[in-house]
Amino acid sequence: LALKGAPLGFRAAVRFFEYEAKEIVRRAGIPTSKGGFAKTREDARRLAEEVAGPVVIKSQVLTGGRMKAGGVKFADSADEAEAHAADILALEINGHAPRGVLIDERVEVDQEYYAGVVWDGTRKRPVLLFSDMGGIDIEEVAEQHPDHVGRRHVSNLLPLSDFTAKECIAAVGVTGRELTRLTPILRRLVDLFVKYDMTLAEINPLAKLKDGTFVAVDAHMDMENEARPRQQQLLKDLGVGDEETRQAREPTPFELAGEEVDAQDHRGVAGNVTEFDGDLGLVIGAGGGSLTLFDAVRAHGGKPANYCEIGGNPSVAKACGLAKLVLRKEGVDKIAVMMSIVSNTRVDIVARGVIKACVELGYDPADKIAIFRIPGAWEEEGSKILDHYRVPYADRSVSLNEAARRAVEAAG
Amino acid sequence: MSILIDAETTFIVQGITGREAVNLTRECLDYGAGARIVGGVTPGRLGRDVHGVPVFDTVAQAVAHHGAPIYGSVVTVPPAFTKDAVFEAIENGVKLVVIVTERIPRRDVAEMVELASMHDARIIGPNCLGIIVPEVIKMGGIGGPAKDAAKAYTPGPIGVISRSGGMTTEMSSTLTAAGLGQSTAVSIGGDAIIGSTYAELMPLFEADEQTQGIVIYTEPGGRMEAQLAEWVTANNSRLPIVAFMAGRFMDEMPGMSFGHAGTIVEGKEDTATEKIARLADAGITVAEDIAEIPSILKSKMGAPV
Repeated sequence: LALKGAPLGFRAAVRFFEYEAKEIVRRAGIPTSKGGFAKTREDARRLAEEVAGPVVIKSQVLTGGRMKAGGVKFADSADEAEAHAADILALEINGHAPRGVLIDERVEVDQEYYAGVVWDGTRKRPVLLFSDMGGIDIEEVAEQHPDHVGRRHVSNLLPLSDFTAKECIAAVGVTGRELTRLTPILRRLVDLFVKYDMTLAEINPLAKLKDGTFVAVDAHMDMENEARPRQQQLLKDLGVGDEETRQAREPTPFELAGEEVDAQDHRGVAGNVTEFDGDLGLVIGAGGGSLTLFDAVRAHGGKPANYCEIGGNPSVAKACGLAKLVLRKEGVDKIAVMMSIVSNTRVDIVARGVIKACVELGYDPADKIAIFRIPGAWEEEGSKILDHYRVPYADRSVSLNEAARRAVEAAG
Repeated sequence: MSILIDAETTFIVQGITGREAVNLTRECLDYGAGARIVGGVTPGRLGRDVHGVPVFDTVAQAVAHHGAPIYGSVVTVPPAFTKDAVFEAIENGVKLVVIVTERIPRRDVAEMVELASMHDARIIGPNCLGIIVPEVIKMGGIGGPAKDAAKAYTPGPIGVISRSGGMTTEMSSTLTAAGLGQSTAVSIGGDAIIGSTYAELMPLFEADEQTQGIVIYTEPGGRMEAQLAEWVTANNSRLPIVAFMAGRFMDEMPGMSFGHAGTIVEGKEDTATEKIARLADAGITVAEDIAEIPSILKSKMGAPV
């Protein structure tokens, strides 16, 4: 399946860079190693001088495999730090240009721990995770050393009590001053997870230094996309702009145009446009219908030019805008207009929109619309409009699968 | 019989003066025997009415006006106010809350679910279209206007549970066309955390004499299907189940991140392919095409195809 990159809009989370994640941890009152974020080699040098000791220079990219790619280097002097920073700033990792580098003091670690909070969707509660085997992936620890992972669910309503953190720490056999010093750190991690609508809040490693104190050396934070409106202050403080999606990849120009179509008014949805490199344009909906239809088109050997979702009764202008966008896409000859049975979205409105798109682009709708299969609300009216333009109307007796088959056939 | 609601069910609509809520109210009043919508709530709109339904500022006023506990509420208020509306309903004795609103942060949903469990109440949704008992009652926008709902839904032996609102109607319509009516169809919502999962609704269908088979619609993401498979196996369910899985293409997309630390809490999150295998292991047939569902179901139920 050829796709321009990772899909947009599915299970989206706002991802933070490591330097931002460490700032979030710091704000929550959890000590972190010294250092800071630099966009230039000069700034990197200044930060290394401030640390006044061995440092680690880390590429700030939203992708994995930094270490392997040469995006993490160590330096004993400011000169060396500056040279490494210059190299790393110029190094693309998995196609991502770094936003900058993190200059971090190299702390003298006595032991590495892990602390994290995630959602348990089955229990519908956050769960606090702790391990005395930090510095490696927690999945690996859980698999190979299950007795080294403590887990405690926390209430969504009752304030977190320290004992929950203590139980989680004690579960892996950690006691003494370590337990008492770790307790407030875990508690604050839970607090920030809840306060900032995170879907993942992880400190790994959480390092015990030679003097017995703890610092967060690396942190990973993902925030729920739906929470963006109410987390404006945090995003502003961190300098995350409204235009930054922070998704797994940046949207393509085609997808951005799709977002513009959807944003032109607040009536319904005609969006979630994702670009593919096929030739069959899809104007499909609703959410579940789009997933079903996309699968069906592929199962019949069709090559979709895009994915999209229509729902919630969009305006004629939005349906028209979406159809135009898809019709104009390079390589697209025909569009298939298909939805699962609609109850809120009106068939006639979508029909008007797609016909308007064809006509305004100078096409004959009967030639460009490979199939129109949308049964449901206002279907009689919709069918009349289509009839006028000699576009055959497929009703509910044509299954989604059969509609997709006909679309692929018509597209040749 | 049916699950969750019946002809006697009383409910309110919170956010009743919104455009979609006005339509939804009309649809529910028109469908079947006519829903017993005993009030609507929009703060600041006391004294108005929507299609004859009196509007109140608070749920407490609606309950006082009704003079008896109100069983359900359909919540249609914007995401920033949904949690407050749901808390208000539950604190005022509502036992069944259908949340239509989309894009609610999961922290809020989790709080609502926990409060509901403390009050022996149940949440359906969010991001769902509600519940329908064919020819009797519908609670929510499910099926649309009464005349459209009547085309898709007919009474019968099949329970329908779907993560997609629209697909609830698509699948029920397919069943109806094949002569298989529905006992109750429930749109449960597609979010990461929802009030009632497949496994959490199964005991109700299991106890419902009318229900003889189950159809579910499922998508990638989450562990809800694994939970269903576990429930079916552990409880030796009497009900044959046919599932349809959409979004299989997502397995092949690069950059789809399933997992991380979450995997060690709930177990590894399934891809579409893994979900299908897991369901099959529990005796749940996964249909390749929605059009095949009725015949698969009939043969599993031992009825002539």
